[in-house]
Amino acid sequence: MDRFIYLTFDGLSRGLVYAAFALALVLIWRAARIVNFAQGSMAVAAVYVAYSVTNATGSYWLGFVVALLAGLLLGVLVERVVMRFVDHSSPLNGVVVALGLVLVLQGTLGIIYGNEYQPVETPFSRDAFEVGGIAMLSRYDLFVFAAVGTVVVVLTLLFTRTAIGLRMRAAAFAPDVSRLLGVSVGGMLTLGWALAAAVGSLAGMLVVPTELGVHPTAMDVVFVSAFTAAVVGGLDSPIGAVVGGLIVGLLLSYVSGYIDVTVAPMAILALLVLVLLGKPGGLFSSSKARVA
Amino acid sequence: MTNVQTKANATAVPDAGLNVPKRRRRLHPALVIAAGAVLVVALTYVLPPFRNYQLATTGAYLCVTAGLTVLTGLNGQLSLGHGALMATGAYTLALTQNKWVNLPLSFAVAILVTTAAGAVIGLAAARLRGPYLAGLTLAVAIVVPSVTSTFDETFNSDQGLSVILNPPPETIPMERWQAWLCWGAALVVVLLLALLIRGRFGRDLRAVRDDETAAKLAGINIARTQVLAFVVSAVCAGVSGALFAVLAQSVSPGAFPLTLSLFLVMAIVIGGLGSLFGALWGAVLLVVLPTLAQSVGEQTGSQQLEGNLALVVFGVVLVVVMLAAPGGLASIPSRISRLIRRNR
Repeated sequence: MDRFIYLTFDGLSRGLVYAAFALALVLIWRAARIVNFAQGSMAVAAVYVAYSVTNATGSYWLGFVVALLAGLLLGVLVERVVMRFVDHSSPLNGVVVALGLVLVLQGTLGIIYGNEYQPVETPFSRDAFEVGGIAMLSRYDLFVFAAVGTVVVVLTLLFTRTAIGLRMRAAAFAPDVSRLLGVSVGGMLTLGWALAAAVGSLAGMLVVPTELGVHPTAMDVVFVSAFTAAVVGGLDSPIGAVVGGLIVGLLLSYVSGYIDVTVAPMAILALLVLVLLGKPGGLFSSSKARVA
Repeated sequence: MTNVQTKANATAVPDAGLNVPKRRRRLHPALVIAAGAVLVVALTYVLPPFRNYQLATTGAYLCVTAGLTVLTGLNGQLSLGHGALMATGAYTLALTQNKWVNLPLSFAVAILVTTAAGAVIGLAAARLRGPYLAGLTLAVAIVVPSVTSTFDETFNSDQGLSVILNPPPETIPMERWQAWLCWGAALVVVLLLALLIRGRFGRDLRAVRDDETAAKLAGINIARTQVLAFVVSAVCAGVSGALFAVLAQSVSPGAFPLTLSLFLVMAIVIGGLGSLFGALWGAVLLVVLPTLAQSVGEQTGSQQLEGNLALVVFGVVLVVVMLAAPGGLASIPSRISRLIRRNR
């Protein structure tokens, strides 16, 4: 029972990170109908920037802020320089270009930093508090809850309560009408990519210290987990991304805890297959499942 | 009835103009393959051993790129899991070979097992489109190291297995024998694929890719066509993986990382999606570019550059080709001839 409680909290903490990452995927999918397969590598790039800054200045928080800004900037660059010019007549094109970006980013990071895992420090202790002799949460888990919670609240407010959020939704759902009404559709698209990349960087900053450390391919498995989370919730649904993230996090935590860590990727694959074959639109799909 | 169907297909499938120049008399594939065989045999007598080994590697890559280009280019299914299918073929060959030491038998078993694996993934894939399919196959690619370490009594985790081989006859040097083996397999694979896609099956593939509703109206069974395409391409990947196991005389998960699957996609996109000649160019690039990048790395003396430069080059080329010339290398001759004609 003790173990179950510990694994549940651990799973929720992991799940929130996957939720944030899945949220980034959903943001871009809603704005541009592209699944950004380069999200993981972009996040790793931001984490490496933070790693350099923290090593140079000794301040974790400076690195943290710079990583988010770097993510924002990378998102703008990727959209303005590359994605904007992709021919969207086939859904494959966007995926293939994103895969090209993955290779470029991984190669560049490998050239600069080398292909070894570099350990990254956490700002708070990862030792769990004990309540009545049962290990539950660590300070770091609380930090993760707070960070992801803030992101979810801010994004919800942004999209439902502000004019810019309304414009972004309008640009995504009816680009032609929005353009006639004076919305800068291209600008909104860039903003969407920037926001998503920043959220992805945050997820990277949160997850990398809990694993082996930073490495050019450190986010590959995280990306697959987050993609699964996004599909479980439905690629169109931000709430779905959060719920999907929690489901994936709990699943991974239980499988790693009760069976073995090496089984975790297989559990993810099994979940993905089940959802795709059973309910391809995801648990929160309101509209009919899309073909692309 | 057949007549009506072909007519309907012909209207439903405007040739994408990527690889099929209009109504030019094409050579029979068997002739091209025979010429290729003569060329390869001649090359193996001229080239030094290391170049022969590279030639063999190109042949092994050609098997998988040819299969993948048919799946992605002609049928529109993007698979990021072909690295994993290669691993399936390679591990099957290693396990069978270490038990019975009979190469033809091992290849047959490897083909059988990858057929089964391809059918399973293909059945799931037939219900998925675009990014969903890419995501699922990506998960398959990620799972390889996890499978090898979970069942480590069979697959021996990260160390992998070594492959027992009977040495070739003494008169033939090892590398020449490897080149013959790989190219023998590659040419057979390409010939079969070429014959397959010039007939009705190829038309069905394109019809399903371009417009599923129209294809269905023309009497094509969409799910069956997609599963078949996946199985065919999986078998090619399995053969290729088995060849790599023979070439390296060992198999390990490190030989089939996610980047391998990405490289394969890059190869077929650069070569020109759906073109078997494009698959050949892709296979050549997969061998040549890393070698070039490595020599650049050695000259600068930077080890980090050595391993990673190829990734950057592949990535940049992939993005640029995708944005500037989506038809790939194979479309360049027809692009040039179109330019010349326009200027005349």
